[in-house]
Amino acid sequence: MPRQIGDVILEVEDLHTYIFTRFGTVKAVDGVTFNLRQGEALAIVGESGSGKTMTALSLLKLQPRPAARIVKGSIRLEGENLVDKTEQEMRQIRGRRISMILQDPQTSLNPVFTIGNQLTEAIAIHHAHDEKRSLVQRAIDGLKQVRVAAPERRVEDYPHQISGGMKQRVVGAIAISCEPKVIIADEPTTSLDVTIQAQYLRLLREIQEATNLALIFITHDFGIVAKMCDRVVVMYAGRHVESGPVRDIFNKPSHPYTQALLKSVPSMDEDVERLYSIDGQPPALWDLPEGCRFAPRCPYADDRCRREYPPTFIVGKNGTEHTAACWRLEPV
Amino acid sequence: MSTQVLQVQGLKKHFPVTKGMVWKTVIGHVQAVDGIDFSVARGETLAIVGESGCGKTTTAKLVLRLEEPTEGKVLADGKDVHALEGDALREYRTTVQAVFQDPWSSLNPRMRVRDIVAEPLIINRDVSDQEVKERVEEVMNSVGLRPQQANNYPHEFSGGQRQRIAVASALVSNPKLLILDEPVSALDVSIRAQIMNLLVDLQKQYDVSYLLIAHHLATTRYMANEVAVMYLGKIVEKARTKDLFEKPLHPYTKALFSAALPSHPDIKHDEIILVGEVPSPINPPSGCRFHPRCPFAMPRCSEEEPQLREVSPNHVVSCHLVE
Repeated sequence: MPRQIGDVILEVEDLHTYIFTRFGTVKAVDGVTFNLRQGEALAIVGESGSGKTMTALSLLKLQPRPAARIVKGSIRLEGENLVDKTEQEMRQIRGRRISMILQDPQTSLNPVFTIGNQLTEAIAIHHAHDEKRSLVQRAIDGLKQVRVAAPERRVEDYPHQISGGMKQRVVGAIAISCEPKVIIADEPTTSLDVTIQAQYLRLLREIQEATNLALIFITHDFGIVAKMCDRVVVMYAGRHVESGPVRDIFNKPSHPYTQALLKSVPSMDEDVERLYSIDGQPPALWDLPEGCRFAPRCPYADDRCRREYPPTFIVGKNGTEHTAACWRLEPV
Repeated sequence: MSTQVLQVQGLKKHFPVTKGMVWKTVIGHVQAVDGIDFSVARGETLAIVGESGCGKTTTAKLVLRLEEPTEGKVLADGKDVHALEGDALREYRTTVQAVFQDPWSSLNPRMRVRDIVAEPLIINRDVSDQEVKERVEEVMNSVGLRPQQANNYPHEFSGGQRQRIAVASALVSNPKLLILDEPVSALDVSIRAQIMNLLVDLQKQYDVSYLLIAHHLATTRYMANEVAVMYLGKIVEKARTKDLFEKPLHPYTKALFSAALPSHPDIKHDEIILVGEVPSPINPPSGCRFHPRCPFAMPRCSEEEPQLREVSPNHVVSCHLVE
């Protein structure tokens, strides 16, 4: 069944999450706007320190507290603003309506409980009145859904008894066990081998097709973006710098950072004479440059770039979803 | 054979698996590396690719003489590396150096960059302080660090700069061969290209050979002249980079390439999704080790082990399908 891209389910507007430390304020997320539709796969791409993981955590209000706070902006899930929710209310939302798959299955499973235990824990929150036996049955069904062989025996295994690929499937089973509308996958395959990664991505795609789930991939790998995603948000130093449909981003990258990033990735499909490399490194988030944050590394930067942060401009014709924050795109 | 910097012949490494605490009994062997042959030509890069557990890191350790082989030889300039002693061994250690994956754990946090970079030189060669100082400045310049930074400690540098320090330290003794074990996979995307370009430039400048251990195929295509694909301790296919990427022959190589992520949304690789996972190297499957996961397996594959055969110049493959 092909996926049906439906209505907007999640709207993030001008999100700011700052971390307050003794040494100053770290502007981890400093103005991120995007939306997500039902059945869609969205990529948030960026390097480490670009704020992509903090964005993901903020969506679930799991940013490390008390140091990190959402200081501005809104997160609307089906029209409700999550920023105003209390912790009590968030508990009803996490897992059930919006859920997360973390990077490293090795550390996201508890080593002293069985797989079945950890699955039923997640299920029990939402089926509190079920008997133990039917919870275990649901756990087994969950493992079947993520194609774990012999799930009846696997529920009694501990995490160390199964392989990395299988662990990531179990984490996936926990994430989908309460039938959420949105799943955030934070670098879900970085710790997996190439062939296991392919299996896992195909599984996610199948689950998405079967349940019309909205997926957010947090990644630094343009390969995952190319293979799995419909739309892309590129982040740099806490802000989105470019966003749009995946083909527009690959065919016509418009922000100098996106352009440079795409040129600096080697390809296995063709010979590349010499890779483009971006000089320097991303700025420290507690000491951001005034104006455009990419300006110190940008080959096109001029005085205005260094002085004033550019607003988001539409790339190309009006009406496209392709936007980028760069002065060079200012309409004349 | 002056053009070959390194030759590996019939190399095997089996680790015993024991049971019991006082009276240990050997209950099996992990066949980490099981009879591989390759050579690295002067000024060239040979890449070994494969998934975790295929034996690529053990191979690197054997070449670095950090492990003793069960069988087979590693030859450098025609001499058996594992038979070297005394000065000859010191000399070997200056000619073969390594750069590891994670520059956060491979640099000693208590040593100044100057000392980290100079260490291979001081330990293995008899050189004066002045010579050391000059040499350290020279290599730091060539990896793109300022010699003034030599007094700093590793924590004062970013990931990319640390990897530059590691490369400088590896190059300080003018080695003939560098073992690069996943040199860029711990780095950020925009920094990877910097380090890859640096390594390519240094290879030309110093005429040094690389043995690149990698699982990222695009990195391999960019950096290597020749690629060997390993599966469960054996080389299943080896060819010049262009030949291998354009015409992979072994079903495992094909599956590995098809599983790799595309560089553009319009590029679709043939979908060969392998079932299951890599079997245990303690009891590898009979016959061809790949047959339980191979989509083209025949009865013969589980009975008879295919030999590596040359199918076209410099292209060897071990598969019954490729006769």
